[in-house]
Amino acid sequence: MTTRPTMIEFRDVHKYYGDYHALRGITAQIRAGEFFSLLGPSGCGKTTLLRTIAGFEDISSGAVLIDGKDMSRVPANKRPTNMVFQSYAIFPHLSVQQNVAFGLRRDTRPQAEKDKMVAEALEMVGLKGYGARAAHALSGGQRQRVALARALILKPKVLLLDEPLSALDKKMREQMQVELIKLQRQVGITFVLVTHDQEEALVMSDRIAVMFEGEIAQLADPETLYRRPNSRRVADFIGVMNFLPAKVLGEAGGHIQVEAAGLGAFDIEAQQAPGAVTGGEASVGFRPETLTILYEGQTAQDRETAGTIDEVVYYGDMTYYDVKLDGVAAPVRISMRNVFGRPVLDVGTRTRVAWSPGALVLFR
Amino acid sequence: MMKLPPLRIYALAYLVFLYAPIVLLPIFAFNDGTIIAFPLKGFTTEWFAQMLANDTLGRALKNSLIIAVSSAVMATCFGIFAARAASRFNFPGKGGIIGLIMLPLVLPEIIVAVSLLVVLLGMGVTLSIFTVMLGHILICTPYAIAILNTAFNSLDRSLEEAAYDLGETKWSTFRLITLPLVMPGLISSFLISFTISLDEFIIAFFLAGNEPTLPTYIFSQLRFPKQIPMIMALGTCLVLASIVLLTIAEYFRRRGIARTGGKDTGGFL
Repeated sequence: MTTRPTMIEFRDVHKYYGDYHALRGITAQIRAGEFFSLLGPSGCGKTTLLRTIAGFEDISSGAVLIDGKDMSRVPANKRPTNMVFQSYAIFPHLSVQQNVAFGLRRDTRPQAEKDKMVAEALEMVGLKGYGARAAHALSGGQRQRVALARALILKPKVLLLDEPLSALDKKMREQMQVELIKLQRQVGITFVLVTHDQEEALVMSDRIAVMFEGEIAQLADPETLYRRPNSRRVADFIGVMNFLPAKVLGEAGGHIQVEAAGLGAFDIEAQQAPGAVTGGEASVGFRPETLTILYEGQTAQDRETAGTIDEVVYYGDMTYYDVKLDGVAAPVRISMRNVFGRPVLDVGTRTRVAWSPGALVLFR
Repeated sequence: MMKLPPLRIYALAYLVFLYAPIVLLPIFAFNDGTIIAFPLKGFTTEWFAQMLANDTLGRALKNSLIIAVSSAVMATCFGIFAARAASRFNFPGKGGIIGLIMLPLVLPEIIVAVSLLVVLLGMGVTLSIFTVMLGHILICTPYAIAILNTAFNSLDRSLEEAAYDLGETKWSTFRLITLPLVMPGLISSFLISFTISLDEFIIAFFLAGNEPTLPTYIFSQLRFPKQIPMIMALGTCLVLASIVLLTIAEYFRRRGIARTGGKDTGGFL
């Protein structure tokens, strides 16, 4: 992927509500044409940050730039951004057609051309022929599409989406995730999505900013975020991660020597410690799928340890085993794909576990 | 005979107590006799003719309508400002200010009337229907605010943001989105203020000077037994007018709900 120019830039953005420090020095860049997500628990400031792009929130200090222009004196109705609201904010007293055409009211184009634009926008979101319907007679998914068509008809530089899928049921949500990705590729507009759902962020985004308490904890592409979280907090928030107490023994030649409970002593590469560990007490983390339970006759490709199965959770395609590694009190979670002909193991079974130092992350 | 449970008897008795006197109004309005008593004497429309020919009554009605319409319009306008401010913005002293505005709701009207009288006379203002209007705006505004607050609070704020985001100004957003969506509330507020003003007696009695309003005129005529059948005729007309008004209000309320797809959570009827 070629490096794209910057579309949105936050320069040390602070926001106070009275004494409450909602945004604490946000500095980040969102590239043109990318699908960017702001991910975090509720109250982390992600929605506030999105609203500073839209112009609904003033910032206390710092600057927000869109396409190189400082937005501090540009009100929301003059910004090259449009928003899809969490509640969709479909105007209930207007028809679908009127809703979608709302942004064109101030446009000087002839009516026939505007009608054509509305029809195209509706077709793009899969609502061809729905124009005459009353907005309040639509289902949740349809409202979502109307909101998208209404926001995209003005061809904004940035489309802002505030938890747009949170009101939909699981099936609908997964369907809309795929449709949103396709739509974004089709129109090529920069999408900024706010979500508290880590899975949603991983599925949809080119890059993700994980936020806690008004700060960006990590900004990276989904894979980096999942494989190399830079703190235990980010690791905990995204997916499941096992942690084992560890000690840093030394550092040499781009390698770090670590001794972890249940795993013994081993070397890892310096880049596996993104949180910059200096020495002493630490912990190592690994995802459930990076460990493998070994059956009779199987051998570990890299390293091997042993433990006892403490809990079994069967999911159909997957089985989650909580395994107590020898010498460690807290069980670690290991996920195994179920293969035909291979039995699901029982609680209390002694087992050998394959692991690899390369899959570990070292945390402070 | 079926045994009536006590609560049902109570409910029936309550309804009879509430509406029987009102049913008597049209009966005696068409009764050919000046004494309000059974048995009825015969059918006549004389009292209605008398009512229409009465100039003072005509003036009282005109005064009352002017006062009621103006008070209702003003109270609703003030209500819009106050309710919007209360539901959309936070500012220091908000609770206190809203509390003070709502106070006339519980203040005895006689106190409002007397204190207004003292102030107005002290300022050298001549008593007229205008002074009544001032008093009525004062007592109607809290009702308007209470109704409009509900209307504004139930309005999703992101609707306004969405319109603003799509390039409208704050004012055109208000005109295109906010106003149509709170319209049922506006109509309710107007009609309730109108009704309160129309039958308000104490403030009108104190502040009208020599000008009659409908309630003060009716009160003054009750001293003359000869006039009572005409008052009955007038009462009949007012009851009819109220029913028409309520029907209109309900029609608009339901249409508003149907148009926005909301759920009907009860109303006037």
